[in-house]
Amino acid sequence: MPRGVPREINVRILEGEGVTKYFGGLAAVSNVDFHVDEGEIVGLIGPNGAGKTTLFNLISASLVPKPGVIKFKGENITGKKPYQICRMGVARTFQMVKIFTNMPVLENVRLGSFFGTLPGMSSADIAREAAELLEFVGLSAMSATPAKDLTLANQKRLEVARALATRPELLLLDELMAGLNATEMAQAMELVKRIRDKGITIVMIEHVMKAIMSVCERIIVLHHGEKIAEGTPREIANSKKVVEVYLGEQADAGS
Amino acid sequence: MDITTFTSNKRFQIWGISLLVVLAALATLPQWVGSYYVVLLTFILMYILITVSWTIFSGPTGYMSLASAAFFGVGVYTSAILFPMTGAVLPLPLIIVIAGIISFILGLLVGALTLRLKGIYFAIFTFGLVLLIQRFLLWFEMNITATRGRFVATLDNNYIYYVMLVIFVATLLTAYFIRRSRFGLALQSIGENEEAAAHIGINVTLVKVIIFAISAVFMGAAGAIMASKLIYIDPYIAFNPLLSFMPVLMAIFGGLGQFYGPIIGAAVFAYLQEFLKTEFPFAYMFTFGLVLVMVMVFMPSGLVGMIQRLLASLKEGPQEKSTPSWTLIFSFLFGILGGLVSWFIFRERRGARVHLKVGGVVTIIVIAFYLILLLLAYLGELRSGYFGI
Repeated sequence: MPRGVPREINVRILEGEGVTKYFGGLAAVSNVDFHVDEGEIVGLIGPNGAGKTTLFNLISASLVPKPGVIKFKGENITGKKPYQICRMGVARTFQMVKIFTNMPVLENVRLGSFFGTLPGMSSADIAREAAELLEFVGLSAMSATPAKDLTLANQKRLEVARALATRPELLLLDELMAGLNATEMAQAMELVKRIRDKGITIVMIEHVMKAIMSVCERIIVLHHGEKIAEGTPREIANSKKVVEVYLGEQADAGS
Repeated sequence: MDITTFTSNKRFQIWGISLLVVLAALATLPQWVGSYYVVLLTFILMYILITVSWTIFSGPTGYMSLASAAFFGVGVYTSAILFPMTGAVLPLPLIIVIAGIISFILGLLVGALTLRLKGIYFAIFTFGLVLLIQRFLLWFEMNITATRGRFVATLDNNYIYYVMLVIFVATLLTAYFIRRSRFGLALQSIGENEEAAAHIGINVTLVKVIIFAISAVFMGAAGAIMASKLIYIDPYIAFNPLLSFMPVLMAIFGGLGQFYGPIIGAAVFAYLQEFLKTEFPFAYMFTFGLVLVMVMVFMPSGLVGMIQRLLASLKEGPQEKSTPSWTLIFSFLFGILGGLVSWFIFRERRGARVHLKVGGVVTIIVIAFYLILLLLAYLGELRSGYFGI
């Protein structure tokens, strides 16, 4: 299996310094430093309540870190609004799928192109791009179907297509594999790799070890809001600390 | 296939032509009908335009605004100050524009303050605004200007009608183009999932506030011209809370799914209101309520939704679930029977004390009718589809 596309220089697309978020007295994310290089697929793992989704919310500006700084392509994006982050080139999906259920599939994707990119695209361009994206994720046949009638796997694909429509450079995938069967999971892993091959950097939260181990080039492990480990899948799988706090019995089940 | 833009050119043409015909008819109407109908039509147009402008924002987003009366009232008072009995300060068209602008600014302020509230909190706050302005004005008029009401210069009925028609057309055009534009799409996505909308690059706050303020413009303008119809105004008349609820009811009555739903809903509703008021002045509110409840129960997607379902079943033969169950037929007949009984009784003895008794009996009948409905719903005769949307 090819381990990443060859890259000349490692450009840091995303950086976090001392990122912290308290909910009341509880530190959901505590003093986390992280970075993501351009073109990488980075996995974000950790037990339930480790702060993974909170970290995603901080990156995508649903929440504001306090204290801490998040930089995208070297620019400080702390305190910006979600729509600004999106237009700068950070797209995301949600743990619980958040598609526009009463709209047709195509419309969901078109909305992403309409607002996620800079103005100036003609509606013909947008329609063509939306059709291409549906083709890319394999939903072409359902473009007129109301989104609520899709299966969970297809809804997740739609959410990915909608995120891609905003032309991101960085894509945050929150538990793309959760709730999928083995076949769907294989397709989803394939999809993730194809997105990376388009030149889009990916950070993914995942509980399915098999997926994370085979797709990611680097893994960050959170526990109780703190970063406890970081490294290649092999390093993580062999890290005593990680196995202790997180993998446990899942290690044999997953790999 | 492009879904939001023109579905087909031919259909668009048919709509366009029939709309022009309706418009031409409305424009020449005062020459054919008496003054009563001109006034009635002015009111109907007003209700339609308020309902449509309410729907511009609240329809797609699902934010139930109860501020309509506030915007209307602001328009009324703008007129009362600038167009008093003693002589107009400014020409009327300018006053109407100013009323629209003031409503717009109020909409911006209220929107910026409250649109982070969701669901019922937003509804309550916007309604609170109506009462707040009403009370403040009352205090102000009593204590500072030492009056309570004001007199507005009167105008010819036909003149008021034509001004209303102009505002009406402007409202419809604005509503139509917003719905068709990317703003319309954005509003719809906000209604479906605000968080997701923000994360695909929609400036959620800006879109909401701007559209909310735009929808306020027409209510203000309508208020400004209606002031001359009302002649005497005071805070209670100008900021009548009922006007906050009317657009909501009318829009739901017509059906929010289609653009013309609220238009038809408001037209039928406003006429019905007038009819009931003149035919049954004593039982007006009661009958009105009864009709409303019936609509909610039997036509969850409004008048237009029901008509569409009827047309579809005529075209494609009976559909699954489209055959009404015995329960529905039975309770519907029951409702009609109740309505007829009350009609005869109330018609015969208008003004007599016997109404109290009769009202009681009719109420008991209606309650019994709903108990039966509930019982049958419990027994599983009614499917949830009839209640849900």
